[in-house]
Amino acid sequence: MTTGDLSGTDAAPARRPAGTAPGLASLGAVTSARVGLARTGTAMTTADLLAFQSDHAQAREAVHAAFEVDRLMAEFDAAGVRTVPVATRSGGRGQYLRHPEAGRRLSGSARELLSAEAVDSPDVVLILSDGLSATAANRHGVGFVLDLRRRLLAESLNVAPVVIAPFARVGLLNDVGAALGVAVAVIVLGERPGLSAPDGLSVYAEYAPRSGLTDADRNCISNIRPGGLPPAIAADRAAELIRTMIDRRTSGVGLTVEYDDPSPPVDRGYGRNGWIASGGM
Amino acid sequence: MRLTATVGATGFTFHGLRDLLAKASPARSGDELSGVAATDERERVAAQLCLADVELRAFLEEPVIPYEQDEVTRLILDTHDPAAFAPVSHLTVGELRDHLLSYEVGSAELAALAPGLTPEMVAAVSKLMRNQDLIAVASKVSVVTAFRDTIGLPGRLSSRIQPNHPTDDPAGIALSIVDGLTFGCGDACIGINPAMDTVTGTVDLLRILDDVIHRFAIPTQSCVLTHVTNTLAAIERGAPVDLVFQSIAGTQDANRSFGIDLALLVEARAAALSLERGTVGDNVMYFETGQGSCLSAGADHGVDQQTLEARAYGVARHFSPLLVNTVVGFIGPEYLYDGRQIRRAGLEDHFCGKVLGLPMGCDVCYTNHAEADQNDSDDLMTLLAVAGCTYFMGVPGADDIMLEYQSTSYHDIAFLQRQLARRPAPEFDGWLHESGLVDEHGHLLPVARDHPLVAVTRS
Repeated sequence: MTTGDLSGTDAAPARRPAGTAPGLASLGAVTSARVGLARTGTAMTTADLLAFQSDHAQAREAVHAAFEVDRLMAEFDAAGVRTVPVATRSGGRGQYLRHPEAGRRLSGSARELLSAEAVDSPDVVLILSDGLSATAANRHGVGFVLDLRRRLLAESLNVAPVVIAPFARVGLLNDVGAALGVAVAVIVLGERPGLSAPDGLSVYAEYAPRSGLTDADRNCISNIRPGGLPPAIAADRAAELIRTMIDRRTSGVGLTVEYDDPSPPVDRGYGRNGWIASGGM
Repeated sequence: MRLTATVGATGFTFHGLRDLLAKASPARSGDELSGVAATDERERVAAQLCLADVELRAFLEEPVIPYEQDEVTRLILDTHDPAAFAPVSHLTVGELRDHLLSYEVGSAELAALAPGLTPEMVAAVSKLMRNQDLIAVASKVSVVTAFRDTIGLPGRLSSRIQPNHPTDDPAGIALSIVDGLTFGCGDACIGINPAMDTVTGTVDLLRILDDVIHRFAIPTQSCVLTHVTNTLAAIERGAPVDLVFQSIAGTQDANRSFGIDLALLVEARAAALSLERGTVGDNVMYFETGQGSCLSAGADHGVDQQTLEARAYGVARHFSPLLVNTVVGFIGPEYLYDGRQIRRAGLEDHFCGKVLGLPMGCDVCYTNHAEADQNDSDDLMTLLAVAGCTYFMGVPGADDIMLEYQSTSYHDIAFLQRQLARRPAPEFDGWLHESGLVDEHGHLLPVARDHPLVAVTRS
């Protein structure tokens, strides 16, 4: 984001009104917080104001952008990977935002469609959804899912066709997983965008998916994006997580995975010490 | 209790007090999500007409959640003060509204009345009030608390520095703190939401905050907003704990989902008091709340989210907190859909908290999937400041990079103080002057590169 540079290039030093601590400006490397911002009177300067609005506009766009289902399916097709588009019970973005439960359930016809795929007895299903950031799914969704799928195939796992599910919440894992009878259901979806990152993906996975499972039964890898947790590393971790679930026949809060790559965890739970913002769940 | 009313040519019937409260509540997505909301404005007004005629004593006889099922209900009813209630015991909800707004009821009367009102009574009267009523009454309430400085005095507006960092990096946190101090923020507390919710992490952060506060002799208090059990464990390890934080809600089941009950809060408060770290007061608790938290935990018992929020204040006031704030726009659009609903909820929460006797602040905020923006925040924070809101959050550039939402900025605090001629807590304001951060007009001063505060961020 533009304000990550605190050297004053956005608000040129000559125009930086008296009042900002100039010594703070050089220390921005330790945080991406908007520290050391200039002020005019008590207000933000024009440059900082517009930088903020620019970031907010991108975050809003991420939430409301169209999920490019046709393009993504064509990309999967070009990679030789079959897809199954399904509908949740969310009729549109407005309902999706107001009624999270509708995004956790398959429509009736989608359930039948998926049940027909169960004859191949897949081990794992990968679901791709826009979630709360269509921008994230549009930008990184196909690449990440293909990457993860390759890793699973290399482990001799039988992977179902990729399920494309607009307006899904994490809880859709239960319906999709149960319809296919898989050991592990995985959903890749856009996470609630922040100002600094409108395009983060999250992965949630659960073992033995079925009706009634909750977040406590799932494991999550979040902030997947260039500049966050790099998608290639996230795909390694996700594959390892899925392998571990199958080996230990469980998932959820009781399952801890020591990843081969010990780079710092960026697992922001959006928790405010008890209650949780609706961050795409 | 009258449970039918006619609006235009249409008659409406309601089913008891819980139903009346829910249907009388101004529209919001959370009540629609849980299915308790009025179906249209006519039904809402019909419910308000009925609610206005409900006698206040009915709330003592018909709890919205049964006494036997819920320790919050038991706390509310067991601690109700009949003597304080006496002056209004003959009134209806509608008459209470008129009473609260009258010239005759001022700060002293409201303070005396608080122990006599239950959260449900206050929630009920708020549902009959317009936004200006919520502002008018709340601004008459005075709630003063203290630890190392005195919060809530007339003419004051306080702020919490919220220097969150995605990995709890000490240098990043220190930089955000210093930035906030140079804006005159931080007199309510310096409070970190930790990214890593562990005891060791909590202790480390507490030591950093304690070091900053004591090195510069800042008359304020620190807080790491972790689970109460982590804070208790930190106290056992000898960590410098000023305030005990906890998120609380309005039902026993919701609190259980947070991993707490009333007994645990009693224990935590006693532990913090035993440290005797306050210099000018001993209010050691800090609570956060927010409409929708019970519903999101599946623990709403069919009660509307605003009434449940007021019940959380019923919990809070039992513990004499230094600070309470409603995190009004954090939870998401399925509970408060847009800027209009967030604004209404913020004003309601502040009103209910103040009338119940709490040092009420507000995290004026929104997430990026809510229909809201900075203008909505400007509106709500200004309205709340006019209403006498005790404190607001100060976040660098309004952008919380750990919790990924927008709150109020250091700039916003300076704006509100200047616009409404308010100052921080007196002890802290004195420190700002001594430290060369503000001039005799209260204007922020340029901070030199060699100012000790700035120098500390280099070490």
